[in-house]
Amino acid sequence: MTANLLLFKITLLVYFVATICYLIGVISRKEGFRQSAVWILISGFSVHCVTIVVRWCSTGAVPVASMHESLSFFAWALVGTYLLFYWRYRTVMLGAFITPLALSLMIIGTNQSAQAPALNPMLDSWWFPVHVTLAFLGHAVFAIAAAAGIMYLLQERMLKSKKFSGLFYRLPSLDTLDSMNYKCLTFGFPLMTMGIISGAIWANSAWGGYWRWDPKETWALITWFIYAALLHGRLTIGWRGRRAAIVAIIGFCLLLFTFFGVNMFLSGEHSFRNFTGQ
Amino acid sequence: MHIVIVGLSHKTAPVEIREKLAFAPTAMERPLRQMLELATITEGLIVSTCNRVELCAVTREPDAAVAELRRFLAEYHEISPEEINENLFDYQGEEAIRHLFRVSSSLDSMVLGEPQILGQIKTAYGYAAEFKTAGLILNRFLHKAFSVAKRVRTETAIASNAVSVSFAAVELARKIFDRLDNKGVMIIGAGEMCELAARHFVSNGISKVLVTNRTFERAEKLAAEFNGKAVPFDSFVDHLAEVDIVMTSTGAPNFILGKRQMEEVLKRRKNRPMFLIDIAVPRDIDPKVNDIGNTYLYDVDDLQGVVQANLKERQKEAGKAEAIVEQEIGQFHLWLGNLEVKPTVIALRRKFEEIRQQELEKTFGNLKDLTGKQRKSIEAMAGAIINKILHKPTAALKNSQNDTSGEDYVDAVRTLFDLPAPSDDDQEIKPLDDPDQA
Repeated sequence: MTANLLLFKITLLVYFVATICYLIGVISRKEGFRQSAVWILISGFSVHCVTIVVRWCSTGAVPVASMHESLSFFAWALVGTYLLFYWRYRTVMLGAFITPLALSLMIIGTNQSAQAPALNPMLDSWWFPVHVTLAFLGHAVFAIAAAAGIMYLLQERMLKSKKFSGLFYRLPSLDTLDSMNYKCLTFGFPLMTMGIISGAIWANSAWGGYWRWDPKETWALITWFIYAALLHGRLTIGWRGRRAAIVAIIGFCLLLFTFFGVNMFLSGEHSFRNFTGQ
Repeated sequence: MHIVIVGLSHKTAPVEIREKLAFAPTAMERPLRQMLELATITEGLIVSTCNRVELCAVTREPDAAVAELRRFLAEYHEISPEEINENLFDYQGEEAIRHLFRVSSSLDSMVLGEPQILGQIKTAYGYAAEFKTAGLILNRFLHKAFSVAKRVRTETAIASNAVSVSFAAVELARKIFDRLDNKGVMIIGAGEMCELAARHFVSNGISKVLVTNRTFERAEKLAAEFNGKAVPFDSFVDHLAEVDIVMTSTGAPNFILGKRQMEEVLKRRKNRPMFLIDIAVPRDIDPKVNDIGNTYLYDVDDLQGVVQANLKERQKEAGKAEAIVEQEIGQFHLWLGNLEVKPTVIALRRKFEEIRQQELEKTFGNLKDLTGKQRKSIEAMAGAIINKILHKPTAALKNSQNDTSGEDYVDAVRTLFDLPAPSDDDQEIKPLDDPDQA
């Protein structure tokens, strides 16, 4: 096993432990679980950082060219973004959604070939890593928005129905969750937009055309419109709260479909097969 | 030395009996002094609140003391002891320690975790200290009870989550708005409960208060109290968009606020959330308003429901609190047991010293022609014998301080050597102000 793969496995293991702690933290009344979950996740993230740097050094390219690398990078962006949010909002509960998601991405990643891809020379451009990094950072931020959306719906439901479970005491206030939604949107939307634009520029240099309507591009555009609508709704016609939460959740589902579904069910320039020439 | 408690609480006696046995807080000196005059009581304290009356005392004879205190409580209030016999509880030793620790930690309160009881016990202790009816043991006992209560409050969530309707409203507002300092509240009608809740909101940082009432003067008066603004009752709906929280308690027979009006208000607020609290019966706000997005309507029953849910949360914390109490009981019980070890050792030595002196005198009376040097060495030999004999028992007694067997050893030693009645030592161990706490 290469050092890189070993590091990957360690990261996976630590994320697994953190997930268990977060999930117990959701049901447990003990503050200890939630606090230790954060620290375990931070240590897992540190290992993950090393994993990615080692991978980068060994292949000489930003490690986002294969499905395995992308999933790892996505999970890394997700955890990093969550920790930034934790630092700002101190909402441990958010981690109970984000950590399992990151763990799932990592688990799917283990089933993918960890072989360093022989990159198609056509893709050997600086626009490629820029495009993918921006896209994944956008994904991560939108994942936070979706998690905040789910928490909002849970909390709002309890406040409306006046039936409270123990969760009520641990979830943040509606206002906090809604402002997280807005924050995510203001960061995620520009990231996604720049991701798409940089992708178009790269496509132009690689294939000689900015936009080719392949399935991934189409779905990405649909998702972009959803988020654009949400941002517009929030800024001009007072969309907020429940509606904003639902749109954020739908938007993230579309993102996941764009990422996984398109690769699995539809074929196009973006599928990894074409990258590696298999 | 034993601690005994005799009393009654909301759990054992109805209010008709509790009020008969209550002690007036302004005249605590007489009952405290009378209590201390009882033959078996060496220290005393009286806790009297609307939910409980408890006599806490230090004694050598716990059973006799309990009987005396039961009689005292009835006779002081000129009731026959039989009449209240079954309403009274009594605790001795470890049980008494547990009881006071639980009471001061608010584990025995009608509303679990309510904070007043600790203050009431502190006041009771204040009187006992003022009239010097609390001595070394009660001083230590009460301070321990206060520190247990503090531990319970800081280490468990027993006092978190509001258990009054007005506080519950504030907490719900926090769950919706997070921060209240930049929010506004409108008070419609001037019910007492509304005023109380408004006071809680203001003390929690609400900056803007609007008041409306059918009689504008009353609105102005209340508004002045909160540094707010009065608005005419006819046009209060126009001002609703300016505030985030609305509290109503008018005597109106019909709804004064309907769904369509609120939809308008929400639109003008660009859907910023609103929290409506309808304390009026019959209700002031159409319950359908709760169906509007970003609007949360709570009536009196809903708030009661929140209070019940919070109480349930507190119940779950009570187990943790009980565990803390149990930990602390052991420590205090140990201290109490050891309190007698030192005076016993002293009494034992004194007894032996007396015997030595007597026997020496006798011996020297018979042996008149001893030289000074010989007398000295006989004296020294007698002293050495005593030291050798007492060495092991003293060590055993002192060692018994480290576990709960202290009391047994003390009793055995006092019986075996016929040491003087322990009360003789009381002067020594009962300074009125505990030096530890001074």
